[in-house]
Amino acid sequence: MGGTVISLDGLQIGTRDDLTKAMESKGCESSSCGSSDAPEDMDPATWEKVKDHPCYSEEAHHYFARMHVAVAPACNIQCNYCNRKYDCANESRPGVVSERLTPEMAARKVIAVANEIPQLSVLGIAGPGDSAYDWKKTKETFQRVAEQLPDIKLCLSTNGLALPDHVDDLLDMNIDHVTLTINMIDPEVGTKIYPWIFWDRKRRTGLEAATILHERQMQSLDMLHERGILVKVNSVMIPGINDKHLLEVNAEVKRRGAFLHNIMPLISAPEHGTHFGLTGQRGPNAAELKELQDACAGGANLMRHCRQCRADAVGLLGEDRGQEFTMDLVPDEVSYDPTKREAYRDWVAEERGERRAAAEAAKSETAGAVAEDAAAMLVAVATKGGGRINQHFGHANEFQIFEVDAEGVRFVTHRRCDNYCVGGYGEEDKLELVIRTLEGIDTILCAKIGDCPREDLEKAGITAIQDYAYEYIETAVSAVYRARMGLPAGIAASA
Amino acid sequence: MALKIIKSQCTVCGACEFECPNAAIKFKGDTYIIDPALCTECEGHYDAPQCAEVCPVPNTCVPA
Ligand code: SF4
Ligand code: SF4
Ligand code: SF4
Repeated sequence: MGGTVISLDGLQIGTRDDLTKAMESKGCESSSCGSSDAPEDMDPATWEKVKDHPCYSEEAHHYFARMHVAVAPACNIQCNYCNRKYDCANESRPGVVSERLTPEMAARKVIAVANEIPQLSVLGIAGPGDSAYDWKKTKETFQRVAEQLPDIKLCLSTNGLALPDHVDDLLDMNIDHVTLTINMIDPEVGTKIYPWIFWDRKRRTGLEAATILHERQMQSLDMLHERGILVKVNSVMIPGINDKHLLEVNAEVKRRGAFLHNIMPLISAPEHGTHFGLTGQRGPNAAELKELQDACAGGANLMRHCRQCRADAVGLLGEDRGQEFTMDLVPDEVSYDPTKREAYRDWVAEERGERRAAAEAAKSETAGAVAEDAAAMLVAVATKGGGRINQHFGHANEFQIFEVDAEGVRFVTHRRCDNYCVGGYGEEDKLELVIRTLEGIDTILCAKIGDCPREDLEKAGITAIQDYAYEYIETAVSAVYRARMGLPAGIAASA
Repeated sequence: MALKIIKSQCTVCGACEFECPNAAIKFKGDTYIIDPALCTECEGHYDAPQCAEVCPVPNTCVPA
């Protein structure tokens, strides 16, 4: 992972210019996901809740980082996509084992990370089991952290079965974000996903289990919505089992007030030892996923930037610096030093205003020049955050995909590919992987690219452009689009 | 009249510990163990041994 993490070690806290320079040289992350709504599309109370939350606001995910601590190993249900030897696959990628911590260790780790990563704005508990069922540990962790870092946002994700019992606690602790994993609203479908649940002192199976789970999930959603807690619903798309059904799930959770709906692909392989893995149940491909997401686009806001992070992930979405903060590296005693985070927040407040203005300018320039019904174009972007094109092609672990037409620039999704260049020299097969990953896309924007890979990409019909290094993504993507449409690009390419 | 945990299968999730009505299950060293002196197989409390009901791994909480 060496070269791929967003290193802020060199981030000098000084003037805004210094910070901008540091971000440019060290890199940081890109443009837009979650709810892509800007403040003007939301009521002020909601914007206040989501503006620093990388998962709830696509805009925020370019600036703010989350961390997960794995303090809740116990679970009250069994999912067919989960093997309990590993982490919960609700959110985390299956087949990984996170570092399990006691609440006391977790609190120490959060402080240590806050001292080092000024972008940290959210602490989430997503397992490795179920955070609401393993409530005592979840609650103690939140309380310990809130004592020292009162401004950090707390969130948890759960299957919802135990959640109604703890909603009052959530209010007391100011938790205003909850993720519910809801894979069905029809218990018949549920029987194919959940072999059993533990409920009211008994293991229940079949239709009984799925019915109870469904009712508790709907109750959770209603209770949270009534209390003004923002709910993100995660659904795992399982082809042949709930893929079509998720359209109904989308409509229902929207009707019940879910703020965001995040449809994630099933990740399934025999070596994970899950029921689905062993029975050969496949996950959806990128096209199937996008088709479903597009079909749902009129429903609840769709989150398209979910990275299905590990239960102990640390950093901006799309990166994981967890390995830098394993417990053996966290000191026995840590005290919180707020200076870095405060300076960073001030910088973001100004920077995101500028970026929004740049995006607006690019949009009106394009709208004025391009025919209303002009075909949309997809562009891949290498970015380390901050909404800018600031990553070297060879260091990109993933590309963010943007769609542009006369209406403006929209984040569509991210596509992961393995680091194509690890030691400075690209390997042929890795480049092929990138080309496959980018199927259907013929333009890449990056901060820099070597001559060799650029020529190879060219042969594959992909143009890599480095002229817009460190530009805002919207500005650059709009310019590329205008050029494609035969119009002057409109900005000095290397401004 | 007691259950035991098959250590090699246990995921150390701790679910059994907080479902046990007799506080018979404790984390010791690197695993959970059942104190046979405290375990009643849940008789008088529930219809079925709670540790076995909740445990995610089949045949892990079994009669000693
Ligand atoms: S798993 Fe998804 S929801 Fe959770 S932190 Fe990652 S991107 Fe956000
Ligand atoms: S059988 Fe019941 S009493 Fe015995 S250890 Fe399991 S939960 Fe506790
Ligand atoms: S419930 Fe089962 S897997 Fe979990 S700690 Fe107890 S014995 Fe181990």
